[in-house]
Amino acid sequence: MAGSTPASISADLPGAAAEAQTKPVSRALDAWRRFRRHRLAVVGLVVLSIIVFGVVFGKLLWPLSMSSIDFSASLAPPSLAHPFGTDDLGHDLLARMIFGGRISLAVGLAAMLIAVGLGVLVGAVAGTAGGRIDTFLMWLTDLFLALPQLPLLLLIIYLFRNTLVHFFGEEGGIFLIVVVVIGALRWMSIARLVRAQFFSLREKEFVEAARALGASRLREVIHHMLPNTIGPIIVAATIEIANAIIAESTLSFLGLGFPPDVPTWGRLLYDGRNYLDLAPQWAIFPGMAIFLTVLSISFLGDGLRDAFDPRRVL
Amino acid sequence: MSRAYLFRRTLIAIPSLLGISAIIFSILAAAPGDPFGQLVTNPNVPPAVIAQLRASLGLNQPIYLRYFHWLIAMLHGQWGFSFTSRMDVATLIMQRLPVTLAVLGSAEVIAVLIAVPVGILAAVKPYSLFDQIANTFAYVGFALPTFFTGILAILLFSVRLHWLPFVFQDHVSGTGWVWIWKEVKQSIMPIMVLALFQGAPLVRFVRSSMLDVIRLDYVTTARAKGIGKRRVLMRHVVRNGLIPVVTLVALQLPGVFGGAIVTEQIFRVPGMGSLLISALLENDTPVIMAITFVFAILVIVFNLIADLLYGWLDPRINLR
Repeated sequence: MAGSTPASISADLPGAAAEAQTKPVSRALDAWRRFRRHRLAVVGLVVLSIIVFGVVFGKLLWPLSMSSIDFSASLAPPSLAHPFGTDDLGHDLLARMIFGGRISLAVGLAAMLIAVGLGVLVGAVAGTAGGRIDTFLMWLTDLFLALPQLPLLLLIIYLFRNTLVHFFGEEGGIFLIVVVVIGALRWMSIARLVRAQFFSLREKEFVEAARALGASRLREVIHHMLPNTIGPIIVAATIEIANAIIAESTLSFLGLGFPPDVPTWGRLLYDGRNYLDLAPQWAIFPGMAIFLTVLSISFLGDGLRDAFDPRRVL
Repeated sequence: MSRAYLFRRTLIAIPSLLGISAIIFSILAAAPGDPFGQLVTNPNVPPAVIAQLRASLGLNQPIYLRYFHWLIAMLHGQWGFSFTSRMDVATLIMQRLPVTLAVLGSAEVIAVLIAVPVGILAAVKPYSLFDQIANTFAYVGFALPTFFTGILAILLFSVRLHWLPFVFQDHVSGTGWVWIWKEVKQSIMPIMVLALFQGAPLVRFVRSSMLDVIRLDYVTTARAKGIGKRRVLMRHVVRNGLIPVVTLVALQLPGVFGGAIVTEQIFRVPGMGSLLISALLENDTPVIMAITFVFAILVIVFNLIADLLYGWLDPRINLR
């Protein structure tokens, strides 16, 4: 049983469907087939698509304004008029969550891009240079892993908030600082992964062949090594989106993230936590949104891990 | 564990102390705002006086000297004076630190006590029903941020069922058993929320670490010799499989501090986390600095302890 155990733990039973393949299939199709076999990942993909669709196009389907105040309906429970209920000022919570979801997802995506960019850069330099540069970069990576992230995040935002808000406006400045700082504190796992991949790829015959044909170091990295690392990077990147969403929600929940008129999911939870007895929906719906997004992203990442590794027997 | 290893490992902690403190210091140094901003714009203060003030505070020194002065002061516990509570920051922190460590420590103990057996059982029969349930719980626990579990717990146990108080009190009235019972009652929710947060990744890690060991040849040999299943598991697999878990617990620590800050904030536990948040809201810079520094030191110390433990548990590591 030893060799046949897939590494990803939410996969279905091994050997359940080793369908005989007669026709050669493309890499993408093969990956999709492997992904489909991972039932929870497919569920994750569906749920995530619904959330993303709702957040992006929700405004068209639910045109109620998120800032229209209606005291006659304040703290109302979910009803047909307000499917997610209302808050203390009678704001429609569904409309607010559609808007806040955009910010939360945008922060997740942007912070992930920064983390991946930094991680690939550090990992690629360490993996190709070796020697002292590698030792130093890995020391730096370990150092960043040992940083107390949330306190540091709070410290940086505290110190730099006013300057950035001054230059980029209230929302822009905070978006920028939150995204950059979360990204800058989360590149380490990707750097390690890229470096490890590069170490093994460096010795592979096809890279050696490219080198023998006179390919420059840069060409070697960009055309031969990076494309072979892309699978694991995508998997790690998915997880980073989830982490960044949690980090942003945490900041907003502590009341130290976006301003009150930007109702990110974390901010809604923060505002709703004082009304748990009167209007539990105010806290529960945003919390569920964060939970479902993060959960489906982790399942998705798990499925992608299996899909991108063609050597793994399912 | 040889004494040389102990010594060498302790020495390695020094560069990371310097590195982490350098990062914190450069964030501070890069922050906008000049402490003499108001004086510079005041026409009544001659520039010579400002220059003299700067010199007396050491602001003219090269940056690395300023860093070392700052680091030495921080290490001596000279953290300044809190703006809002009019207290020495060191005293303030020493009041709060034990609470945080107690909450974190008991949560970690509970997390380990639950996660390790569950992870082992899941690894013994991979893909069994138990494994799948354990996995689902681990995933759910992983995707539930502490601020949401905390709120759900309050909603269920305090608001709906009225079983537990949702505000943590610093001084509980009563004596003897009544006092203990009240303390336990108010600590249950924060500790359980943190335990779930720390335990969920632990289950997955224990499971995969056990699976790595179970497939090794020496385990097959042990079975082939006719040693019972249980004995092989406890004596041969678990002992080796749990060694990497020690490192994981230490690596989790920076994230766990984050969870602790949020949990303390939700339940109003008077620890370091809630002190940090109130300091941030009140612009109490010396307190913010000191807490970040203390958290960083704690991470370094616990990583060092974990590494030393690792060396003691796994003698192979000394050969390297």
